Amino acid sequence: MAEGEWRNLGKNKYSIIVPTYNERLNIALIVYLIFKHLRGVDFEIIVVDDGSPDGTQDIVKQLQQVYGEDRVLLRARPRKLGLGTAYIHGLKHASGNFVVIMDADLSHHPKYLPSFIKKQLETGASIVTGTRYVKGGGVHGWNLMRKLTSRGANVLAQTFLWPGVSDLTGSFRLYKKSALEDIITSVVSKGYVFQMEMIVRASRKGYRIEEVPITFVDRVFGTSKLGGSEIVEYLKGLVYLLVTT
Amino acid sequence: MKHIFKIISLLAAISAFWVGLLQASIIPRTHTWLLPIYLVVSLGCYGLLMVGVGLMQFPTCPQEAVLLQQDIAEAKGFLKDKGVDVGSD
Repeated sequence: MAEGEWRNLGKNKYSIIVPTYNERLNIALIVYLIFKHLRGVDFEIIVVDDGSPDGTQDIVKQLQQVYGEDRVLLRARPRKLGLGTAYIHGLKHASGNFVVIMDADLSHHPKYLPSFIKKQLETGASIVTGTRYVKGGGVHGWNLMRKLTSRGANVLAQTFLWPGVSDLTGSFRLYKKSALEDIITSVVSKGYVFQMEMIVRASRKGYRIEEVPITFVDRVFGTSKLGGSEIVEYLKGLVYLLVTT
Repeated sequence: MKHIFKIISLLAAISAFWVGLLQASIIPRTHTWLLPIYLVVSLGCYGLLMVGVGLMQFPTCPQEAVLLQQDIAEAKGFLKDKGVDVGSD
């Protein structure tokens, strides 16, 4: 990073919110990788665990011994309560002026965090979102059918919503904390439509949104199917966003 | 203004243009009546083309899976030494 950018960096703190459910191993790996790639950056990791039965919270406590309780925060909840509320819960405990949201399953690699930060410092954007669909980005682990539905969904969304971003359902994002707090209160959807609604509402409100390419390694895909009900949910979400944003 | 109003205005403008064409009779009436159908079909074809092109150009990153495995091994090594339980998955 350029000299001037490092000076700006000194005043910023990044709160990284990671919602977890049964991510006993992955949470340890993610924390290690975040510390590896964000040396010299002021940050904290907020793990919002929804009562994982596999002992994820015990692992987080071990990580706190290694990295410090001021850098790795555990803010757990009693059971699965949804992603949107997990972010809101994490936000309440975030002491940074920037918030990063990312998945715990290693599909989002912490090595991209510096590029998010750099992009934000260069452009002053309120939101920097990772996109898998541009050159320099990419996906590994999807079969043809999955790519087809992803592409079809994207074309539909671009045609009707004019969102201004290339990857609507991505959930690897950096927000100015004030922007996140403002947008999240007006979002009602769940699941991946939640991510879409976040970015579309941000776009409508005039927030500056920048993109950085990211690679996405899906190791979970084989276990979850993208069936008819997901497609119906998506179309309902699209119509809802079309009419209410 | 809300996005839906932008879309409606666009459709209204296109409709007005179409009605204007009908009344002005520059193009034979029979053709003009079919124009909306041509438009919808063209848009549909364009959409399918975009999906197809996007699918062909879909960026993949097989090397990332390999790099990830290396990172995982490195992380496990470090954490095990520090007493973090990295046994199960």
